[in-house]
This record gives sequence, C-alpha cells and structure tokens, in this order.
Amino acid sequence: MTVEGFFERLRTEGRIVIVGASLAGLTAAETLRAEGFTGSLTMIGDEPYEPYDRPPLSKAVLLGKASPHRTDLPRRRELDADWRLGVAAAGLDLGARRVRLADGDEVEYDRLLIATGVRARPWPNETEAQLDGVFVLRTRDDAVALHRRLGAAPRRVFVIGAGFTGSEIASACRYQDLAVTVAERANAPLVGALGGVVGAVAAELQRENGVDLRTGVTVTALEGDTSGRVRAAHLSDGGVVETDVVVVSLGATRNTEWLTGSGLGAGPRGVACDAGCRAFDFRGIVTDDVFVAGDVARSPHPLFNYQFLSLEHWGNAVSQAEVAAHNMISPSADRRPHIWVPAFWSSQFGVNIKSVGVPTMGDQIMITQGSLAERRFVGAYGYQGRVIAAVSFDNTRWLQFYQQLIETAAPFPLEYSTVDRRPEGRRPIPADFPDPSLPTHGPTVTLSGYSPVDRRLVFTPARH
Amino acid sequence: MRVVVDLNKCQGYAQCAFLAPDVFALHGEESLVYDPCAGDEQRAQLARAVAACPVGAITADGTDDGAAPSAGPVRGTSDDR
Ligand SMILES: Cc1cc2nc3c(=O)[nH]c(=O)nc-3n(C[C@H](O)[C@H](O)[C@H](O)COP(=O)(O)OP(=O)(O)OC[C@H]3O[C@@H](n4cnc5c(N)ncnc54)[C@H](O)[C@@H]3O)c2cc1C
Ligand code: SF4
Repeated sequence: MTVEGFFERLRTEGRIVIVGASLAGLTAAETLRAEGFTGSLTMIGDEPYEPYDRPPLSKAVLLGKASPHRTDLPRRRELDADWRLGVAAAGLDLGARRVRLADGDEVEYDRLLIATGVRARPWPNETEAQLDGVFVLRTRDDAVALHRRLGAAPRRVFVIGAGFTGSEIASACRYQDLAVTVAERANAPLVGALGGVVGAVAAELQRENGVDLRTGVTVTALEGDTSGRVRAAHLSDGGVVETDVVVVSLGATRNTEWLTGSGLGAGPRGVACDAGCRAFDFRGIVTDDVFVAGDVARSPHPLFNYQFLSLEHWGNAVSQAEVAAHNMISPSADRRPHIWVPAFWSSQFGVNIKSVGVPTMGDQIMITQGSLAERRFVGAYGYQGRVIAAVSFDNTRWLQFYQQLIETAAPFPLEYSTVDRRPEGRRPIPADFPDPSLPTHGPTVTLSGYSPVDRRLVFTPARH
Repeated sequence: MRVVVDLNKCQGYAQCAFLAPDVFALHGEESLVYDPCAGDEQRAQLARAVAACPVGAITADGTDDGAAPSAGPVRGTSDDR
C-alpha cells in the first residue's frame, strides 16, 4: 500500500485508543474528529466520570464558587466514541497492538495515545494516611471529600507542602476563615517552582493572610485518636499542631505502572516521547503507533537544550494532545513538533501568579517591572546569558512580551529600561533554587536529562 | 452549560465578568474565578462573554446558535492555543 493509501485508510477506518479520559485525552479525541478522523475511537478512563477540569478543584470549588461535582469540561464537538469509564488499562502488548483492561477485556488499536497523567503522592506512612481527616487533592472524589470536611467547620486545617496546590488550599481556607497551618520543608512556599526570591514574597503573602506558616520543617508523624480520626501533626522541630484536617500536598507520581514490562521507555519520570509525541521504547527507538500527551509525557524541547521536560501544566496537556492527535493520523512530512513554551498560572490569596518558560533552569532573577514589596512585579530568569523564564505576580499582561524574549533567546541581564523599573531590578541576583538533588515536591516543570530511556529518579519520601 | 477558561490566555480584562456576572468574577486584581457549570438561564450572557473576551480564552458548550449542548462548539476568536 502507498503511504497516502495507508493514511487515507487510517483516517477513515482506523482504530484509535486513548488511555486516560481527562484533559489531554478529551482534547486529543476532539482534535482527531476535527481533523476528519472517522474511524473508531475508544476512550479508556479509570475514573467513573466524563472528562472534568482539575484546576477549579483547588480554587473555585474550595472558595465555594463552584460545585466539586460539576467541573466537567465543555465539549467542542460530538465525539462518537466508545467510552470505557471506570475501568483501568492494566497492560500493553506493543507487538500485538493491544491494551489489556483491568476487567480482562482487550482492545486492539492501530494508534494508541497514552494520557494517563499523574496522581497525588500519598502520605508515605500508610497507617497514618488511612486516618480519618487525611486528604490529598487530585481527583473529583478527593475534592468532594475535602470540600465536605471543610464545610463541617474544622478547628484547624494542616497542609503538608507549600507547592502550588498546597498554597491554593491554604488560601481558600483563609478565605473561608478557617485556621490553617502550612508545613514546608524548604524555607518558603513555591521555592521548588520559582526559587527563593519569589518564595519569600509568597511566604509574606501567606503570613499576612493569617496562615500559620512553618518553613524549614518536616512532618514526622500524624497522630490519630482512639476512633481513628487525625488529631495532631508532629514536626521535626519538636512542634505539635492539633488539627482535625490534614491535606497532603507532596506533589505527584506518574501513572506508568500499567506499562511495566511493555517495552516502552516508561518509568517514574513518565513516558518519554519525541517532539512529535511518539513514544520511545526502552531501547531508545521511537515507535510510530504509540503517542503520549499531558502530565505523563516527557519530551525534548529545542528551546531548553533538548532536555526532556515533564510538565504538570494544563496548557501543556492541551497543546501536546492537539499535536499528538494531528501526528497520529498524518504522514511524517505533515507532522508538527510540540514546541509549546511552558506556561502556568495559579491563583492564591487574591494574587494572580503566572510563569512562562522554565524557571528552574534559571540561576539568576531580575525584577524587571514593579516591585517585590508591592507584590506586583515581573521577574525574568537568566540562564547562561539568556532569558529562560519569567514570572509575574498580578502583571499578566506583560508575560507575552517575555515569552517572545524566551523564544528568541534574548540576552540576560536585560539591557533596556522599562517604564516602571525600580532600583531593586537593576541587578540580577541569584534565583535561589534548592539543590536539585534534594527531593522536592515543588516544581511543576521537571528537567529530566537528555536520555529518553532515563528511568532514574531518586525520591526519598522521608517524612516530608 | 459547561465552561472552561484558558487562564494562560486570560488577561483579566473582566469583560466576561461584566457580561455574565453570575458565572465569572475577579478575585483580587486580576485572578478570574468562574463556575465551570453555569445554569441554563445563563446561556445568553455566556454567549456574549465568549464573544467579548478579547483573547478568546473562554470555551463553552451549547451557546452556539442554540445548538444542542453536546454538539455546539463555541470557541473564542483568536484560537491559537
Ligand atoms: C487541584 C489541581 C489544581 C491545578 N491547578 C492548575 C493550574 O492552576 N494551572 C495549571 O497549569 N495546571 C493546574 N493543574 C494541573 C492540570 O490539571 C494538569 O496539568 C492536567 O489535568 C493534565 O491533564 P492530563 O489529561 O495529562 O492528566 P490527568 O488530568 O491527570 O488525567 C489522567 C487521567 O488518566 C486516568 N488514568 C490513570 N491511569 C490510568 C489507567 N491505567 N487506565 C485508565 N485511566 C487511567 C486518571 O485517573 C485520569 O483521569 C492542577 C491540577 C490539580 C489536581
Ligand atoms: S474577558 Fe477573557 S481575558 Fe477578560 S477576564 Fe474574561 S476570560 Fe479573562
């Protein structure tokens, strides 16, 4: 068969299977149909729900402005898909092009998209994690449970980990006038993602809003009462905090276990793929029928020295799913690379925090607009003499400009003077990221080296 | 009606909050908070907000010329995500 003939057939009567029915999976399915794919489409998702959006779960939902049950993603078009919800994919046979389901069923494919995302890292002590009142926040079910408990007027909420999600939860609790303690191993919130200079601003923000922020400490134990309800958290500095709700926000683990033994280059860092979203096998050879998108993927990016990036970003899931879907049904000459510039937002304590690029690569930061003291600023991160990332606090309208600087590898330190440059911004200072070899739950962009088959990952959950 | 806002694109201009105040609100200076499941009575306001957003950040279903909720795509204009 000619190449054109093959793709014509694939587009009209091929079988596409998508594992992971969330943001990336739905976006890919919609894109396939939008691009004229008329073959069969199977959506496999282990959650019993149609695709829903997660960012509102730690924001609008906890602020009481949306229901945790109702964050379903809108549908851009009719999908005509076979939905297999509430059942997990349990294995993959690359040779036979078959996905095995947990209920024993098998589904064959011509093209497979892996979009299984990540899950919340649980509290490492299983007995303590089972205590009533201990939560994580990743899924709708998590949000429903946490929302209900926060509504029952707890005396204090204890958040473990001051990354984005933990900080957003603390923010929502303060908004509801609940007492909150946040414990963070680093010396400030958001340090893993944005560095110490910005972290110090985030710390002030939390304290001013009445959060009891404990930094430089780890939680050594969660204590339950005789009826199995959590009653206190013990800290490494000897402190004991009485609490009836604990939210564990220690970052995420990639959902790749179902691929163990399949021969794909999949491991704790995610599933490696090329810039065209095609998965690598464990030999470092790229496949042509297995594609990856969203939080579970790690892919090389030319702007960031071709390092493999793992991004836990909403926008990345959308963009990568669109590229993957297009490439799945296109001959090689028509394929597109996924070269999206990482972008992220968070909203906490009424402040809009956004970033573009890869802040964690930055060794220096320069406050180029506004001021840290006003908590309204843009900071540019420099890496080896070029602009590599930017962060804004309540200054989103400028970020587009910085994105262009990143895309064109503009020189750092920035030379021009801006409209509202303050004295503190004239010099670059160390961005102050923690030692990358130390385990942290913080960054939502992870650099994972150059090798597609790199499976190494040292994480010591060691009692946060 | 299901709604999602691409908050990477959103510039906090708040046009949506003027046009559909029961769905969209600013929280602080420029953080947009919205209800991802707006009531059916919001259909007209929502359609206006989708059309008015200067960066095309809002996607909703069912607001497209009265099409069926699952079939009618409504997307913003500068759809370059
Ligand atoms: C509380 C919260 C707040 C967030 N806030 C922001 C934010 O402000 N800004 C931002 O940019 N991003 C934010 N994110 C991140 C964003 O939601 C993710 O980047 C996005 O959901 C990734 O989509 P995905 O489809 O790749 O993966 P996921 O949404 O994780 O979906 C993967 C799906 O696959 C399913 N699955 C896993 N294994 C299997 C299997 N073996 N078989 C079948 N199905 C399986 C999972 O259950 C899940 O439903 C937030 C996330 C959370 C949880
Ligand atoms: S109109 Fe658009 S840019 Fe303005 S706040 Fe609403 S979604 Fe954001």
